[in-house]
This record gives sequence, structure tokens and C-alpha cells, in this order.
Amino acid sequence: MKLELQGITKQFPGVLANDRISISVDKGQVLGLLGENGAGKTTLMNILSGLYRPDSGTIRIDGTERTFRDPAQAIDAGIGMVHQHFMLVPVFDVTESVVLGNEPTKGPLGSFDRATARAQVVELSKKHGLHVDPDAKIESLPVGVRQRVEILKALYRKSEILVLDEPSAVLTPQETEELFEIIRGLAKSGTAVIFITHKLNEVIAVADKITVLRRGAVAGDTTPAKATAASLAEMMVGREVQLTVSRSKSKVLEPILEVNEMSVLNDAGDLAVDRATFVVRSGEILAVAGVQGNGQTELVEALTGLRPIDSGSVTLESKPLPAGSPRDIASAGVAHIPEDRNRDGMVKGMTIAENYILNTYHLPQYSKRGLLDRKAISAATEKAVKDFDVRTPSIDTDIASLSGGNQQKVIVAREFSRNVRLVIAAQPTRGLDVGSIEYIHRRIVEQRDSGAAVLIVSTELDEVLALGDRVAVMYEGRIVGILDAKDATRERVGLLMGGIVA
Amino acid sequence: MNRIGAMASKLRVPALSIFVALFIGALFIIFTDVEVLGRLLSDPIGALGLGVGRAATAYSALLRGAFGDPETIGKALASGGDVQLWARALRPIVESVVASVPLIFVGLGVSVAFRTGIFNIGGAGQYTMGAVGGTLAALIFGGGVTPAPIAIILVMIFGLIGGALWAFIPGFLKARVGASEVITTIMLNFIAAQFVFFLVSNVEFIQKPPRIQPVSKELSQFVDLPGILPIESLRLDIGIIVALLTAVAVSWFLFRSTRGFELRTAGLNIAAAKYAGMGAASSIITAMLISGAISGLGGALVAVGTVKQLSPGIAGSVGFTAIAIALVGGTRPSGVVATALVFGLLQHGGSLMQVTTSIPIEMLLFIQALVIAFIAAPELTLGIVKNPFVRRSKSVTK
Repeated sequence: MKLELQGITKQFPGVLANDRISISVDKGQVLGLLGENGAGKTTLMNILSGLYRPDSGTIRIDGTERTFRDPAQAIDAGIGMVHQHFMLVPVFDVTESVVLGNEPTKGPLGSFDRATARAQVVELSKKHGLHVDPDAKIESLPVGVRQRVEILKALYRKSEILVLDEPSAVLTPQETEELFEIIRGLAKSGTAVIFITHKLNEVIAVADKITVLRRGAVAGDTTPAKATAASLAEMMVGREVQLTVSRSKSKVLEPILEVNEMSVLNDAGDLAVDRATFVVRSGEILAVAGVQGNGQTELVEALTGLRPIDSGSVTLESKPLPAGSPRDIASAGVAHIPEDRNRDGMVKGMTIAENYILNTYHLPQYSKRGLLDRKAISAATEKAVKDFDVRTPSIDTDIASLSGGNQQKVIVAREFSRNVRLVIAAQPTRGLDVGSIEYIHRRIVEQRDSGAAVLIVSTELDEVLALGDRVAVMYEGRIVGILDAKDATRERVGLLMGGIVA
Repeated sequence: MNRIGAMASKLRVPALSIFVALFIGALFIIFTDVEVLGRLLSDPIGALGLGVGRAATAYSALLRGAFGDPETIGKALASGGDVQLWARALRPIVESVVASVPLIFVGLGVSVAFRTGIFNIGGAGQYTMGAVGGTLAALIFGGGVTPAPIAIILVMIFGLIGGALWAFIPGFLKARVGASEVITTIMLNFIAAQFVFFLVSNVEFIQKPPRIQPVSKELSQFVDLPGILPIESLRLDIGIIVALLTAVAVSWFLFRSTRGFELRTAGLNIAAAKYAGMGAASSIITAMLISGAISGLGGALVAVGTVKQLSPGIAGSVGFTAIAIALVGGTRPSGVVATALVFGLLQHGGSLMQVTTSIPIEMLLFIQALVIAFIAAPELTLGIVKNPFVRRSKSVTK
């Protein structure tokens, strides 16, 4: 089937999310849809999948105009979505998950016909080369396989146009390569694929043609043959972009953070960090790579006092870490840029000023005898907003109304406002635009250059390789390797991320 | 920022909610009237006319009951200084304010808890235990045992303590063992009412002689809260002043103090509060103590000043109405006071409506419930009002 979107426009209050966007993808073709967060990719896909209706513009399938009033109609028309966050029931097995909502039935009562369902799933996975065990429980499957189940779900519903939203976000480089194989196979058998991403290398690797979105509009169409990572980045951002972080050689001094055989449990009481041992020194950046969910979250939470340390020892500047107390750890000179800024890093519904003093409000500079000193708070926030180039109408604006990049700048400004000896930054640039990523990276490197120790945790391999003076890799709770920057190639780190220790 | 514009946009949904609820209430009055229904088929126009007339009569009674009768007010104005006439003219509006006093207190109390993210449904129980505290203080220290001003202050302090203690239990249980405050506070509401029943039917010191009814002694014999109006028969006492001062204090606490900052942070984002090193458990207990103390203060002042008696049903529907008021008022002290006044007007107006038309006062509960439903669904409310007037641009599909 051939899909064409023409002149799609969607206005939200205050935002023109899609401005006359036209894209098309043919049978057997892979369209790479590239754009930063907030460029309008998600809105466009929500229109395509029937969640939103466009203010204007048309959707054509094989030349016939279609309108979707709800997602069911889009599915009937052959459009299948694989969302970034999987929509699977953990306790179901693969067969049940794939047929859910469209189950084959038998008998007068319409009871579930498991045998037929299983046969259909097996046949489908064989036909498309999507290897999964039809009887495995979802919760026992690794993320990459769950994604295959999502793709099978779409194919089971006879999707001929498959939309993959940021599919590689949760995969190792090797798993991503497998996914690309699957996509190529699907295209060969006639499926039209729309591959949404913000990763430049991926569209070049897998797409037949590329459409770049910027600020709700099409910034350009190209093909992998004509494009380079640099040209795509420029199209995506609207100006020339430095893809590498410029920085001097690190001047490594004394150890700041020493973690010795530390183990941490997750909420379920299982071992999440397994006897991790590493050192971060003044003047260096240690970047921790790993696929999401391999213990990095628990590692950071333990080091910042949000989660108890089960065993092992941690010292900060040769003194024991005041474990379990975020406030004492912060006072000891630790800046914490949390992994999930919406959950931990800021309070939506409060102003920028209130967020700026979130963990320093109790200090004498901001409060006296239990009362907030509004003047001092305003003055400090005004200065921080200026220093960190936060774009906001006022410091009394609700932080929720800022863009992700500006929210993160407020958080970074707050964390760097104290005397910093150790920076712990988890996913510091997740979901940010390229301009903000550059800015935040520069600020972190500045901290390193002024003598702080920096621990960065990221699932973005590019970020790890760009920033790390040394690269540690976590896999299933263990630090499976620590490499110097010069030895940390994409391949070596990628293999370690998959648990393959050479 | 345009402050008036911002204020207007905040008031839009509550104001529209009240308006739409009254409108739907009118439809109910019309279509539940037996006479209207009987004639609807044979004479639809006449029936509708009759129904609209009935609704108009009911609402005008509601307005007269809430604000006062223009005719009576005119007479009072004409008479100059006739105290009797003025008392009659002002009684409805004054009684409406009196009805709003407990709502202000409990509304403020539960707002503090809501701001901290704790769904304290126990306003009624905390109010009741405050009334117990106030009653005990009046019986012990009133009647000349201590000078009147000191007795009044003790009534308030005992009320604060009674409410705070009753709120501490669920707060402590939630902070220590994670017990759901929704369940514990509801249960404690029942226990509070039963506890009062025990006190006023078994304790000679409290029960009104000759000990036949389950009510306390007349408290006015022990402590008399001073009225604030020059006409003595109008019973508006210092309770309203304390209520308004409490609103100011709550606002100041929430938005100016570090503790208030901690509570609001915990309420908006508990994960961020932990990240910032704020103690979640102490926030919960502090919020519940303050929340209960405010409701208890209200219970003490109303029991001693307005009702002048302790009875098991002292809280009435105050607990649940106050929850609605807190939500309608956006858990802002100013919003709570304004909403409580509106609900006070509806309540007192509704009683006159019941007397003059045969429409039961439950109609008012229905209207209140509709107000809450509309506030909870702002999109719906704006949609109802917007659609008839504003045409949405149709999507262009060629």
C-alpha cells in the first residue's frame, strides 16, 4: 500500500504542532522520519493512527482519501503502530499478547481458540523472520524480543503500513542491527515502514528515503545516498551543529568518589547492582554505558541517597558517603541531575524560582526563622536564569510551561549553584533538542575542567563516547568493563552492553 | 502579567459551574413537579409555563432566603433605626454567613492536607472532636471559673487539640505503616460521632439534665462568644473573624514558610520532595496535625458559639461539603472562603425554599453535587457553555 499525507496541519493552543506537513511512503519502502523532540513527529503519528484529527490536510491510502475517527479505523485501514513504550501485559504469553483484541474463537460460547492462535503466531513469525517463542511469558523476555512481539501484533492485524516510534531507544547496538534486518525483511515482503527517530546514523543505515521535520514543518526530503550525519543534523536543527564535544585533555587528580563492592536492591528486593567497584577522580568524566534497566538507575539512586546501599562501601573525598540522606549528600558537594526530570528533578505547578531553591531552601541564604526570603530567592533565580540562558517570560512562570531543554537548564543551574565536588548526571540530555544538548554537555565539561569529578550515566552510546574520559559498562547489575576513552570503540562498548565480555 | 485577567480566568470554571448547576436544578424542579408532568401531554405549553413559574418561585425563595427580602429591607431602610425591622431584614444574609463558618474552617483544614497530597476525608471527625474539646473547656473553665476571655481562649485551644489529636492518628499510621488515610479518616469519623454519643448519654458532667436526650448541657450558660453585630438578636459571633484570620494564616503558612514549601512540594511531587531531601513522613504528620487543628477549632467555636450544645450529629454534612469546597476553591484559602460563603448562601436560602415551596432541601444537595461534578470536569463545563455561541472552525477536507 502507498501512504500519502498531504498538507497536514494541527494547531494546539499556542502551538502549531504540524504545519502543512506532507510525507509519503510506498509499498516496500522505508521512510526515515527524523526530527528533534517537539518537531511534530508524535503529533503527526497520532493523526495517522486516528488519535487526533488534523485541522486540515488529507490522508491517502493507495490514492483514496481516508479519514480516521478513532484508532480502530486506522488499524482497519492497515496502519500498525509500534510505540516507544510497549503496550504489553507482562503476565500474558507471546501468543496471547499478539492476538489480544482479535482472538480466534471456537464453540458456541466463543471461547478462546488457543491452538489456532498459536499456529497463526508461529506462521507469522516464520514468514517475517521474527523469532519468538510463542509460549514465553512477556515478563521473561528481553526488551528486544518484546519489541518483536509488538511488531507481530501489528502484522497480525494485517498492517501493511508499519510505524515504529523511536524503536532503538531501548536496544543495544547489536539488537538495533537485528531490528534493522527485520525492517529490511518486512520492506522486501511489501510492507511500507515509517521509522521515527532522532538518531542520525540510524536513518542513514535503514531508510530508503528521509524526511526531516523541524518546528512542526518539513525541513527537507533527502535520501541516505545524498545525506551525511552532519547535513541531516543541520537540517534538523536549522544551523550548523557540532556533533562532537570539544574539550581539552583531562587533568586527573585525586579520587573523589570511591565505590567498593557496592550492592543495591531494587524495589522488588532483587539484586540490581551487583558488587560494583569503581573510582571517579577529580578532573575526569566517568561515563557509565548500558542498556536501560541494567542497574544504572539503582546505582545512581544509591549514590545520591534515594535508595539504601545493601552492602559494600562508598567514600566521598575519603569520608564515608552519608548514605540514605539526599540532603547530607548534597551538602557534601554532590550535584545530582536526576534520570527522570519530570519525576524527581522538578515540581510542576511550582515556579522556576521555587524549583531553583528546591533543595537549598533551608539554607540561611534563602530562609530565616522558617520563613522564605523571597527577595533573596528572586535575586538568585534571576541571576541563574541569566547565567544559564533559560528562556522564560519570568522567574514566576510555572516550570511545566517551559520546554524540556529549559527545564533541564533550571535543574542544572540549581545543582551547579552549590560548591560541587562530584557531579552525578543520569541521562542529562534525554529528550532535549540539539542546542540544549550542546549547552548541557558544555556545562558538564566545565565542571570537570574546574576540578570536579563527574559520573555520567547514559543509555545513548553517542553521549557516552563523546563525554567519557573513561567508559564503564553495566550489564545485569555488574560493571562488566571499564575502558579508557581511546579503547572505547562503538563495537567494544556495544558488545559489553550486550553482556559479551571479550 | 494581567492579574485581573488571570483572576477572571481562574474564576470562570467555578462561576460557570454554579450557573449551569442552578440551570439544571431548574430543569429538575420543572420536570419532577407532579402537576407539570400530569399536564405535559394534554397541554405542553401550559405545563411548561407552570413549571417555569414553579422554578422561578423556588429560586426567588432561595435568593430571599440567602440574601434577604427586598421588601423587608425597604421597610427597614424607611424606618431609619428600627432595630426589630433591621434584624428581620438582615437575618437571612447573616444566617447565610453563619452557615458558612463551619464550612470555612473545615474547608481550610482539608485544603492543607490536600495541598500535601493527603486525601483527608476526616474533616467531620476532626471537627467533631474539636467540638468535644471546646465543650469540655466550656464546661470546665466557663461559668465564671475563669474570666470570660480566658475561657474563650481555652475553648479554642481545646478545639485545636481535639482536632489535631484526631488527625494525628491517621497521619501517623500513613507515615509509619502506609495505612491509607482515606480509609482511616472515614472510620474515625464514625468513631468520633459514636464517642460523642457516649459522652452526651453517659457522662453526667456533660449530659443535659434531666438526662433524657443525648445532648450536652446548654453551653451558653458557661461561655458566651461575643457577637460582632450591633443588633443582639443576630447571632454572628467572633467565629467568623477567627475563620477569616485562619484563612490568612493558612495562606501565609503555605506560601511564605519553609514548612509550607515542603508540604506543597510533597503534595505536588512526592518523588521530587524525596530527591530534595525533604522528610516525607514528617510532612504527612505536620500536614495532618495542622489540618485537624483547623477543623477542630471550627468545631469548638461552632459548638460553643452557634449551636451552643454538643450532639452526636454536630458535624452534619459539613465534612463532605467542605471537601467539595476545598476542591472548588482550588485549595486556596481565598477560594475556600469565597466558595464556603456561596455554599452558605445556598444552604440557608434552601431552607426558605423548602418552607415556601414544597421543594425539599435535598434539591440543594443535588445542586451542590452538580457544582462539584462540573468543577471536576472543567472541559465539560466550558464545553456546555461554549458550544451554543462559538462555532468551531470545521476541518478543511477536500
